Amino acid sequence: MTTLVIAEHDNAQLKGATLNTIAAAAKLGGDVHVLVAGSNAKAVAEQAAAAAGVAKVLLADAPQLADGLAENLAAQVLAVASNYSHILFPATASGKNVAPRVAAKLDVAQISDIIGVESADTFQRPIYAGNAIATVQSGDAVKVITVRTTGFDAVAATGGSAAVEALEAVADSGLSSFVGREVAKSDRPELAGARVVVSGGRGLGSAENFKILDPLADKLGAALGASRAAVDAGYAPNDWQVGQTGKIVAPQLYVAVGISGAIQHLAGMKDSKVIVAINKDAEAPIFGVADYGLVGDLFQVVPELANAL
Amino acid sequence: MKVLVPVKRVVDYNVKVRVKSDQTGVDIANVKMSMNPFDEIAVEEATRLKEKGGATEVVAVSCGVAQCQETLRTAMAIGADRGILVQTDAELQPLAVAKLLKGLVDKEQPQLVILGKQAIDDDANQTGQMLAALLDWPQATFASKVEVADGNVTVTREVDGGLETVKLKLPAIVTTDLRLNEPRYVTLPNIMKAKKKQLDTVTPQDLGVDPAPRLKTLKVSEPPARKAGIKVEDVATLVDKLKNEAKVL
Repeated sequence: MTTLVIAEHDNAQLKGATLNTIAAAAKLGGDVHVLVAGSNAKAVAEQAAAAAGVAKVLLADAPQLADGLAENLAAQVLAVASNYSHILFPATASGKNVAPRVAAKLDVAQISDIIGVESADTFQRPIYAGNAIATVQSGDAVKVITVRTTGFDAVAATGGSAAVEALEAVADSGLSSFVGREVAKSDRPELAGARVVVSGGRGLGSAENFKILDPLADKLGAALGASRAAVDAGYAPNDWQVGQTGKIVAPQLYVAVGISGAIQHLAGMKDSKVIVAINKDAEAPIFGVADYGLVGDLFQVVPELANAL
Repeated sequence: MKVLVPVKRVVDYNVKVRVKSDQTGVDIANVKMSMNPFDEIAVEEATRLKEKGGATEVVAVSCGVAQCQETLRTAMAIGADRGILVQTDAELQPLAVAKLLKGLVDKEQPQLVILGKQAIDDDANQTGQMLAALLDWPQATFASKVEVADGNVTVTREVDGGLETVKLKLPAIVTTDLRLNEPRYVTLPNIMKAKKKQLDTVTPQDLGVDPAPRLKTLKVSEPPARKAGIKVEDVATLVDKLKNEAKVL
């Protein structure tokens, strides 16, 4: 039994989500191999080889693998799939894009967003926006899985010494091409992996007012997040959205400011260790999950809190 | 160009579901059912493509029990020209649905299939990608912008950290993200008109597909409950609690 983990990276840096996925792979028992498919991605392969618990790294390096196009990346995974009993992707935008394509080609079910491993064929996953946890068993020969990264503690990024083996890259499918990318620049920690997250909702009232969260986030070294209402209203960029259809986070501390706490938002943050809610409506559902709630005007409370830290 | 839009009947997004006490599933008897919100966005996008002249016909399809006809009628009230129900009482998982949809695609020969990115009940986010794989078509998931021109579809996708744009050769698969569009309200006259539109019913057997589930659900349980929190009076107390009680600062 050997598990293949598909690395998430930007051709220069291995993304943290890969380390959580390796941790899930380790729970299955058996060897863990990592596939790095990219362009000029040797540095990424070396980082993957240094991760704790990795036995071997496969590197497929070619221009057509540069941008993670689903057609090419899935073909690359399928080229080696027959050697593995489990194929794991992080449940990120990239992993969710490619994993079902691989599964369907192998004619197996795909198991999405696992949060627990019970055995080599039995897994736990949230359904209905996290309002229920399903335990599912797969009878398929190969298990294709995406891993909710907040469900597993990352393995150490150093200490491993796996060999890197070059793999022949698959040909370009010719079906799709990459046009461009608009990456939101940020000096703050990455939302999905942050230790502290400060999120704003509709209560902030405008994009301008959202800046009131900056000093607080700076003091806490926090990533900024947002509710869907705030994103839809244009107060915050789309990729800040925390919730069932946005990012799933589980930081040590989550501060919800001006967020009522709809089911869909709670789905993305209720596994946070400590939740603080600041809201002027004492009846807001967010207080039902908050460890510490403060009823008050956020425009007074937030600056006061930033000053007190 | 013909556009196929698969739609799913799910528990309404406002309903807080309860896990059954025997842990066999969630209790969906007597709860409000609606069209999956991402699928509404898909129907809206297909309808807009037709209104702009990019599509000639929009066909809505749904797989499941007889009541899925209501969901198809809603799609037709938004703007779909006709509907097809693949009727079965079997539990349907994404791989089975993808195979049923492939059967319909082979029959209907659309150039574009627009699906929602995920259904809010199983939260799988798989069907579109699986259909693309089975057909060997290109895919663009999590779309926030779709433009069809010259035998290609150019799609802006919502990815971690921002947006990316890909160009696919038609025929192709697109799955919708929340911000692709705002679905229109269905008006009473359009609901009445939708009742007269054609709705065909087929079975998985007609399509030569065995819809049996591959994953066995052993149990469905409540997520661990959070212990009740407290309300604090002021900022000073909050900071004190975070430092000394929760020890997160």
